[in-house]
Amino acid sequence: MGKLVLAGRLAARDIRRHPGQAVLLLLAITAATAVLTLGLALHGVTSQPYQQTRAATNGPDVVAYLPPVTKPGQVRPGPPAEAATLTRAAGVTGHGGPYPVVWTIIAARGLTAGAETQGRPQAASAVDQPKLTAGRWVRPGQVVIERTFAEALGVGVGDRVTLDGRAFTVGGIAVTAAAPPYPNLCYVSGGGCMGTIPAGGFAISPRDLGVVWVTEPDVLGLATPADPLSSYVLDLKLAHPAQAQAFARANSGGPRPGTIRYGAGQGAGPTDLVPWTGIAAADGLLVQDEQQVLSPGALLAVLLAVASVAVLAGGRMAEHTRRTGLLKAVGAGPGLVAAVFLAENLLLALAAAVAGLAIGRLTAPLITSPGAALVGTPGAPSLTVPIAAEVVAVAVAVALAATGVPAIRAARTSTISALAGAARRPRRRRALIALSRHLPVPLLIGLRLVGRRTRRALLGAASVTVTAAGIVAVLAFHVTASGKLGGVTSGLSNPVIDRDEQMLLVLTVVLVTLAVLNALCAAWTTVLDTRATAAVARALGATPRQVSAGIAAAQVIPAVPGALLGIPLGIGLYAAASSSGRATVPPAWWLAAAVLGTVLAVAVLASLPALAGTRRGVAEILQAEAA
Amino acid sequence: MNKTNESDGAAPLLRARGLSKHYGKDASLVRAVDGVDLDVDAGETLAVTGPSGCGKSTLLHLLGGLDRASAGEIWLAGQRVDEMGERALARLRREAVGFVFQAFHLMDELTAVENVELPALLAGQSPRAARRRAAGLLERVGLADRAGFLPSALSGGQRQRVAVARALVADPLVVLADEPTGNLDSESTLDVLRLFDRLHEAGQTLVIVTHDARIAATADRLISMRDGAFVDQTRLTGGTGGTGGTRGSLGALAGLEG
Repeated sequence: MGKLVLAGRLAARDIRRHPGQAVLLLLAITAATAVLTLGLALHGVTSQPYQQTRAATNGPDVVAYLPPVTKPGQVRPGPPAEAATLTRAAGVTGHGGPYPVVWTIIAARGLTAGAETQGRPQAASAVDQPKLTAGRWVRPGQVVIERTFAEALGVGVGDRVTLDGRAFTVGGIAVTAAAPPYPNLCYVSGGGCMGTIPAGGFAISPRDLGVVWVTEPDVLGLATPADPLSSYVLDLKLAHPAQAQAFARANSGGPRPGTIRYGAGQGAGPTDLVPWTGIAAADGLLVQDEQQVLSPGALLAVLLAVASVAVLAGGRMAEHTRRTGLLKAVGAGPGLVAAVFLAENLLLALAAAVAGLAIGRLTAPLITSPGAALVGTPGAPSLTVPIAAEVVAVAVAVALAATGVPAIRAARTSTISALAGAARRPRRRRALIALSRHLPVPLLIGLRLVGRRTRRALLGAASVTVTAAGIVAVLAFHVTASGKLGGVTSGLSNPVIDRDEQMLLVLTVVLVTLAVLNALCAAWTTVLDTRATAAVARALGATPRQVSAGIAAAQVIPAVPGALLGIPLGIGLYAAASSSGRATVPPAWWLAAAVLGTVLAVAVLASLPALAGTRRGVAEILQAEAA
Repeated sequence: MNKTNESDGAAPLLRARGLSKHYGKDASLVRAVDGVDLDVDAGETLAVTGPSGCGKSTLLHLLGGLDRASAGEIWLAGQRVDEMGERALARLRREAVGFVFQAFHLMDELTAVENVELPALLAGQSPRAARRRAAGLLERVGLADRAGFLPSALSGGQRQRVAVARALVADPLVVLADEPTGNLDSESTLDVLRLFDRLHEAGQTLVIVTHDARIAATADRLISMRDGAFVDQTRLTGGTGGTGGTRGSLGALAGLEG
């Protein structure tokens, strides 16, 4: 116990002696753990607002889409007899509808989209009465638009829109729990679009579809022989909402010819029954992509944090070696030496884990807003004990991964050699030395520095690889997202993609910040490590500019293959993270720009400490080294 | 102000006037070098001696352009050194000055020949020419058979001879040696002294800083420093420049002859 306290005290004193390094280390691990916390905390974040919306609208447990039937002697089609059967089915306690549905083209402010247009009574329905957030419920000649759809169209109460060319006034804006919001109307879990879309009737992307409500006569007026009613919607309430899925499965029919469906569900029947759980899952799509972005993002951030800690620890290796020698000289055993070495980084890692959890907890609500489709708030993100444990474990693992080997080496090193304080002897890379003889002076110096500390160069390359992979993954996202929206000229904003882009931006900022930190630390570590060597080179005739360019080159040389490796890694990472498992490869010039930009950034960042390092006089350095 | 060697003949190769280097200010002002005048003729071996901290290493660094003077002028082969920019100083160190350090300052990961050729490569010589020159110099310092050895595989004396070869690779006007035998045992010291003797014979100008009186006794001229100033100078040989300064004295180094 006493030894542990001693190790803790020594670690705390060392942290106080080097506050700058401690802050950098804390930043690196905190950034990684905060991203990880966010990723973990997003699970199920929309479920609470969906339930609140369901309660506010008396949302259905099952939504049935029924094929219209034209009975003998009737001019217009009506709901099938099956509707009445369903309302009397076992377990059904209430219903709303059936309401006629027609697919229309909605146009407003120069934008066009597809609208599932439901005909509703002007009186409130017992089941699924959409909650108005603005305006009033349907009136003749007026349309009520689902809120996210209205936002994408850029319309509000009082604006004019057209449905299949007929003018309507926007009478209200509402939310519903009976259908997934724009742009996920066609992405119901286990099914395709809600309802069916007439074959050949639409040339609009499945993402550009939303729900609107008008009066029943208005819907019937919109239906034409060329564009007839597509279905009747029946909202059902069950005695046991938890059994909605089983009810839907038991009452769905077989395939119906002459219709197409978007999305995964191809098992369309004459009657489509969608349980509320499927709709809730479609609502969750709003943050599902964020999770898919954050999970690999957290992995990249953790990898960069490992690199940061390793670079920072490596930069003080000589000092740590001398400290190890002193500890051993006064009787410390290998265990205590290793404990002291690890304690500092473990203390900082634990502090960073706490900070990361706190930041994740505080910022999660900012990125987990349920969106305009739902009412209510997401509440506090679920930070459970397992999540906290996972974050702490990752933080500790980062510290151990980066400093475990040096700690063991410190424990094993002999007292005398440790007291001599010599950092590890530089490596001799014969091929690199031979090659460098034919290169200009900065590259000669740079290549030899790479050869001296190969592990550090590999670490630098890995850091650049991770950063480039992150950047390429962002590019792949943009290209893939553009591909998903391919053919769409409506110009509607997509809240899912908007949120993904915001998330990617935040993540990119975190990754780039960590990468900048790494590049600066790696260059500064090289400056410190090669101080004497650089001074000798200057004494032998190298100019300060050649030396600083050489130090920068030592960072740039491994950055080039690192950045190139980031291309396949980034594309693979995006493909692995995306729900489809595929990624569109960005154009070659995008990738070339990403690689060149990354390498250029490394060069600029590395040159800052390199230039600072050559400000000190040669004589001063040589005298200090000789002392 | 201290004055030395006011020779009447040709202009000295290396000249300093009113040379000063101060650190700190007011009460904490340290006069590492305090207004010294110095002339070193071509081919002369000059020893600067004195106790630790007297400013002799600082003087050497100022003369070689490794450090900036607080005041005074330095001339090397007619060129004003103290007014040069960093790039010109680097060129001066590449082309006109060779350094030998007490701690050798060899690159650990480079072999002897790679260490020796480094200044030539920095000066832009072709790799082949640099290697040929380095190999020749290693032969000259008696280490041709150690050319492929890393410094860690060489004795102290051998490392210093490699460092001397490196100092000579650019065929410098002057070699500045800072305590070249400070880290060596007696036998290695003798090796290095013999090497300097041969350089002196060949007409190489040498300025050797040392606190070892026995080493100093081998020079043409000896300057003693204390508190940054020259306090004494002694001519040990008959004339300035030329050969014979070191050779004549080696035999008198009691205890060094092996």
